[in-house]
Amino acid sequence: MNDPLLFRPAQPGTQPDNNSPQYRSTGARHPKQPLLAWPHTVTEATGPQFTPAQFAPIVDLSMSGGKLAMGERIIVRGRVTDEDDRPVANTMIEVWQANAAGRYNHPGDQHDAALDPNFTGEGRVFTDADGWYQYVTIKPGAYPWGNHANAWRPNHIHYSLFGAGFATRLITQMYFPGDPLLALDPIFHTVPDAAARERLISKFDLDITKPDWALGYRFDVVLRGRLATPMEG
Amino acid sequence: MSVATAFQTIGPYWHLIEHPEEADLTRFGATGEALTLVGRIIDGARAPVADACVELWQASPEAGPHFPGWGRARTDANGEYRFTTVKPGPVPGRGNTLQAPHFALNLFARGVLTRLYTRAYFQGEALNATDPLLNLVDDPQRRASLIAKPEGAAVWRMDIVLQGEGETVFIEV
Repeated sequence: MNDPLLFRPAQPGTQPDNNSPQYRSTGARHPKQPLLAWPHTVTEATGPQFTPAQFAPIVDLSMSGGKLAMGERIIVRGRVTDEDDRPVANTMIEVWQANAAGRYNHPGDQHDAALDPNFTGEGRVFTDADGWYQYVTIKPGAYPWGNHANAWRPNHIHYSLFGAGFATRLITQMYFPGDPLLALDPIFHTVPDAAARERLISKFDLDITKPDWALGYRFDVVLRGRLATPMEG
Repeated sequence: MSVATAFQTIGPYWHLIEHPEEADLTRFGATGEALTLVGRIIDGARAPVADACVELWQASPEAGPHFPGWGRARTDANGEYRFTTVKPGPVPGRGNTLQAPHFALNLFARGVLTRLYTRAYFQGEALNATDPLLNLVDDPQRRASLIAKPEGAAVWRMDIVLQGEGETVFIEV
C-alpha cells in the first residue's frame, strides 16, 4: 500500500495558538506539553463522507414551521477550495449562530435578550460539484460575554467543515464587514496574521443580493491541501 | 496557491448542531464486536470540561452504508462522553508498519481554539508493542494516556487531561 500524501502544515501565523491568554478560557484548557510529531497515516488522511440522504440539508434558517424569524434576512454564498485552489465538492458544512437579538437557542445562553420561536439557528448545506454552497439566514446580533469588562462578541456565524480527511477538519467563524467589535475581539485576534484574520470576514456582494428580498454576503473557505510529494517525517 | 482558513473556537453553544444519535456509530446496523467508549475530560484546574464536543473517527472497519466510521458526542456536567461503536482492527502505518487498533479523537471546546487530537488504543492489545505511534512516547505515564482501559464487559474508558499532571498526549495533525 502506498503511503498517503501528507497534508500541508499551517503557514506561520495563520492559525491561532491554543495558549492565547487574552481569551481567558484557554488558560486551563491548552496542553502544556508539545504535540507529538506524527506523519499522517490512513487514520488522518481518510475521514467521514456525509451524504444528504443521511444528513438532511437545512438551507433556510430564516423561517421555522412556515413562520418568518425576526431580523434582517441575508443570503450567504461562497466556495470551498483546498490550498491548491481545487474545489472541495459534495462536502458537508454545518453552521450555527445567535438570533438577531444576539441570543442562542441554547439553555446555556442566559443573555437578557429575546428568544425567537421561529429561529433555531442550525443550518447544514453541501457544496456542489464546483465547491459552491449557499444558505439563507438572519443576520446574527452581537452579544456580551464574560471574558473581560464590557466584552462583546462581533456578529458571527459558526462553521464546521470536514473535507477529504480527518486532517482537513475545520471549525471556524465567519464575521461581517465593517463590524466595530472586530478590533476589540480577543477570539478574532488569536489569529496573529492580519491577512488571515481578514479572510474570516465575509464580503458584502451585490451579485448575491436578491432584489427586494435580502442582502448577500460572500464567504469562501480554504481547506488544507496535500504536499505534492510524499515525505517521511 | 491559497492559505488554509484559520480555526476559531467551537464555543459553548455548538450543541445547536448536536444530534445525540451521532454518538452511536452502530445505528445504521453495523456488524462487529460492539463496545462502548467512555471517558471523562478534565482541565488544568482538575475541573470537568462540561461543554466539549468529542469526535471519533476510525479507519477500520471501513466506513460504508451501515457504518459511518465517525461519531460526535457531548460531555455532560461531569465531563463524561460516551460512544457506542464496534471495535476497530489494525490498519497500515507508513512504510512497512502496522498500527494497533485505535480510535482517533478530536476534541473541540470553548477555550480550545483549534482542535486537540489524540488516540485511544486498547489495553492488552498485542500489537501495541510494535505500534509506531505508541513507540514514539517513551515516558510510561504519557504512553498510558493513549490507552483505554477495560471497565466491565465491552466498556472501555479513555479519560483525557487537557493540561497539567497526567496530561494526555496530543498529536500533531
